[in-house]
Amino acid sequence: MTAELLDLAQTPLRDINAALQAQARGGNRTRWEIANPRGSHALAVGLDAPIEVTIRGSTGYYCGGMNKQATVRIAGSAGPGVAENMMSGRVIVDGDASQYAGATGRGGLLVVNGNAASRCGISMKGIDIVVRGNIGHSSAFMAQKGNLVVLGDAGEGLGDSIYEARLFVRGTVSSLGADCTEKEMRPEHLALLDRLLKDAGMDDARPDQFRRYGSARTLYNFNIDNASAY
Amino acid sequence: MSQARPKVRTEPVQSATFSKAVNAEIRRAAETGIYDIRGGGSKRRVPHFDDLLFLGASISRYPLEGYREKCATNVTLGTRFAKTPIELAIPITIAGMSFGALSAQAKEALGRGATIAGTSTTTGDGGMTEEERGHSKTLVYQYLPSRYGMNPDDLRRADAIEVVVGQGAKPGGGGMLLGQKITDRVAEMRDLPKGIDQRSACRHPDWTGPDDLEIKILELREITGWEKPIYIKVGGARPYFDTALAVKAGADVVVLDGMQGGTAATQDVFIEHVGQPTLACIRPAVRALQELGMHRKVQLVVSGGIRTGADVAKALALGADAVSIGTAAMVALGDNDPRYEDEYRALGTTAGAYDDWHEGQDPAGISTQDAELAARLDPVLGGRRLANYLGVMTLEAQTIARACGKSHVHNLEPEDLCALTIEAAAMARVPLAGTDWIPGQTPI
Repeated sequence: MTAELLDLAQTPLRDINAALQAQARGGNRTRWEIANPRGSHALAVGLDAPIEVTIRGSTGYYCGGMNKQATVRIAGSAGPGVAENMMSGRVIVDGDASQYAGATGRGGLLVVNGNAASRCGISMKGIDIVVRGNIGHSSAFMAQKGNLVVLGDAGEGLGDSIYEARLFVRGTVSSLGADCTEKEMRPEHLALLDRLLKDAGMDDARPDQFRRYGSARTLYNFNIDNASAY
Repeated sequence: MSQARPKVRTEPVQSATFSKAVNAEIRRAAETGIYDIRGGGSKRRVPHFDDLLFLGASISRYPLEGYREKCATNVTLGTRFAKTPIELAIPITIAGMSFGALSAQAKEALGRGATIAGTSTTTGDGGMTEEERGHSKTLVYQYLPSRYGMNPDDLRRADAIEVVVGQGAKPGGGGMLLGQKITDRVAEMRDLPKGIDQRSACRHPDWTGPDDLEIKILELREITGWEKPIYIKVGGARPYFDTALAVKAGADVVVLDGMQGGTAATQDVFIEHVGQPTLACIRPAVRALQELGMHRKVQLVVSGGIRTGADVAKALALGADAVSIGTAAMVALGDNDPRYEDEYRALGTTAGAYDDWHEGQDPAGISTQDAELAARLDPVLGGRRLANYLGVMTLEAQTIARACGKSHVHNLEPEDLCALTIEAAAMARVPLAGTDWIPGQTPI
């Protein structure tokens, strides 16, 4: 089946999002292509159907925001907040992602085939994020649930004030944030990582190359003796 | 030989600087090593609406008959961009209070009462509950830095979206819901394990300034089909600039929360020492709207210490389109009721002063997740009480407006007011009573 073509040079953003969002109400057009995104913000947001959307070019802020069920591929780079608060489905960035990638995401899979900037996975709440390259500082800050996999290096303050999210890094970590610590890589973590890498198409990486980081759980309940950590 | 004179003693005097309350706090701090955390809003006296008076009509103004002539109270919020603005029967809304901080019964009661009165409720920092959606005809969904429970389905089920940037009790501050209030249900809604303190961040994780906020609002509008009004809530600290930037970012409605605004829990030092009194915040915000040509186009909702119809009328006269109540609504439901005095005493406090809402032991069953305590609040009765209270406030505001010759409460204006104190005159920019003097604006 050929894809339906939507051209942002011809069609307003509102009409494009409305056409994609309408598939949640019984549409049967499953493949879409969006041409000329030219850094547009809020593109392909609020989708709620098992459709495939390919964006031919780079996007601005919040592409794929609050996605449910859909697979959104950005054949370019993504601006800040790509896949923010995603619920399910997939967002795949062929290039790099700017700051806040996958912020507050509650489900689904975000794949960044390039690098991700600062605050990747900030306040993540169940999303899985796999980044082929490096991630910037303050990533996974206050991360609650989900998994962040980084094949490259992580910047400063990784996992600051983290809760129950799991972080896997193959390269170096500049520094860990408050209450974030390296943890033992047990068989269940290797199995989880194997699945995540395969799902993300990172076939050239092996789980045993990664180190795991998570919460030391010393800041879970307020204690004045930990005041210097706050 | 001189005779010993009886020693004359002076009357013991308590220090105004080191008062009993101050000394008690010093002792408490010395013992515990941590600042006091509590709920509610500022307790100390600051210039407030009580420092203003209305100038009822005599000859120079023509009043309306109090019990006969119509004085309308309806308000429309969100007329700038939204396809479906909010239509309310009264200009008093219920402020955001979270499920988690409040019991499900309390949230249901708020919804019931507001719906009877013809106004809206607001979710709070913890997501949307079925009790709340089911019983609130008009529900504003708060979009908070924590993003607890945030999902597109609830965004679409809401009637308006309120992007919370600041709160009057703690502008610039976040929050913490202590672990003892984290039940299974609260934990599930917030994607965190039970019993862990839950931090609410002081800033949004995925934007860093007004330009980003403008794009964030675009995203929310695109997700919801441009149907719902977007409110932006700011704490009353820099009301002129924050209002102007909220308008720039695309707000349909600005919610301005002064320092008397409440909180579920934060540091006492924050509540009492950060932000400006509600009275001081209104005129700068209105000036920002007027200079942008947006007064009455972007609606202004004022909150923070609103208690009576007189407060409502004064806020409207100063330029607000509506007000919002939080603490007063809790009191209407039964919070701090003297009938629980014995239990308040057992908690080391007294009815009227109980503010440890974060501990989850509220005898009134309102700021708690304890099932037995929460069951004490009958949502139907609580809703009826809230509706009664909202009705009284509305009647009071109408009575004042009619006395000033107004056929709609929105026709009240600063010219209808004078101030009892120089401070209030300066803040509200109305003349000191008995004079034409507005400090900073007219010569003495």
